[in-house]
Amino acid sequence: MAEKGSLAVIELVRSIGHRVNSSVQRLGFAARFFVMILVYSGQSFRRLHLTIREIYFSGFQSLLIILVSGLFIGMVLGMQGYETLQRYGSSEALGVLVALSLTRELGPVVSALLFASRAGSSITAEIGLMKATEQLTAMDMMAVNPIARVVAPRFWGGVISMPLLAALFSAIGVFGGYLVGVVLIGVDEGAFWSQMQGSVDFRFDVWNGIVKSFVFGVAVSLIAVFEGYDATPTAEGVSSSIKRTVVYSALAILALDFVLTSFMFRGL
Amino acid sequence: MSRKLLDLWVGFFVVIGIAALLFLALRVGNLSSANFAETYPLIAKFDNIGGLKVRGPVKSAGVVVGRVADIRFDPQTYEALVTLTIDGRYQFPKDTFASILTAGLLGEQYVGLDAGGDDKMLKPGDVFAKTQSAVVLEKLIGQFMFNKAAEGTEPK
Repeated sequence: MAEKGSLAVIELVRSIGHRVNSSVQRLGFAARFFVMILVYSGQSFRRLHLTIREIYFSGFQSLLIILVSGLFIGMVLGMQGYETLQRYGSSEALGVLVALSLTRELGPVVSALLFASRAGSSITAEIGLMKATEQLTAMDMMAVNPIARVVAPRFWGGVISMPLLAALFSAIGVFGGYLVGVVLIGVDEGAFWSQMQGSVDFRFDVWNGIVKSFVFGVAVSLIAVFEGYDATPTAEGVSSSIKRTVVYSALAILALDFVLTSFMFRGL
Repeated sequence: MSRKLLDLWVGFFVVIGIAALLFLALRVGNLSSANFAETYPLIAKFDNIGGLKVRGPVKSAGVVVGRVADIRFDPQTYEALVTLTIDGRYQFPKDTFASILTAGLLGEQYVGLDAGGDDKMLKPGDVFAKTQSAVVLEKLIGQFMFNKAAEGTEPK
């Protein structure tokens, strides 16, 4: 009896140790993978149309979801913000509320979450399936570096698309707030824009939002290409690595957002 | 899809992305108006700055003429050293009065400049001769209560 119990404890300790070991190993591989992408980027930039193709697939094709969700988030912000602000008789500050919350937080964060589930998952699926059907190995055999040919263009495509998508999200969101606030509810148009321009600082609000979305772009793209490249080459393995891309991206975006915000907007 | 068409769509995407950035910079933000091209520093010493923050506005006659660049504590005189960057277009007389005011009842605090009548102007790096500190609500209430108490004892 005691023999059995101690065996179970040993098994438990061993499984915990194995998990910690393998996740640290994966983290190390991810870091090495990131450096490899950077090293082979030069090679892949020489064939720029590969990256442009990926900007088309991950950036341009995400436009619809980004624009529609941005518009609706801006409209909801306009409605909810008006509801709260008019209680304190300061409904003219609606523009400030909409613009600040979009440029500082919602624009970068929500567009990165959408980007991770729209483009990140498809990148993982593509690379994972390439690995499962041994296309990556075939490339290696033909002396074509799969990181330079497949991974780096997808990574840079995501990194370049992300800030542009976040800026579009914020801009269309402000427009949505304008639609609801000024056109529908009837907040004074002059006050809406002038108070917004008075309180939104380009360097501190808009620029920090862009920096945030760039960091999110690097994180999401790296997670997506890494999970694809590291996928177990089976149907089940690819599906679970897609799941991991979405989950890890969301966690990384929210955690990084907290860290970046505490650096950028401390004491303001 | 042919490469030409692909390039066209990607170009379109980049163009509207940059257009959105410009919209954020010029229409939403204040890149066009609030960046002073040339500035010069002035220093004001206050006994108490209240809730004044770096980057807060400096106003004269209600118009923003500069920003608070730096707030420091002077260990010799036990005063707050506030550095203001003033728009180069505006010059102020030597006897300009700098005070810390509050926008609205509970609004942000800013530095107000009341120009005097001196012929000589403040040069970059000069120190304001006269300043007025922020109004601290607790002190005000304390003073009011003290006065009330004093009034109460007078008639006897």
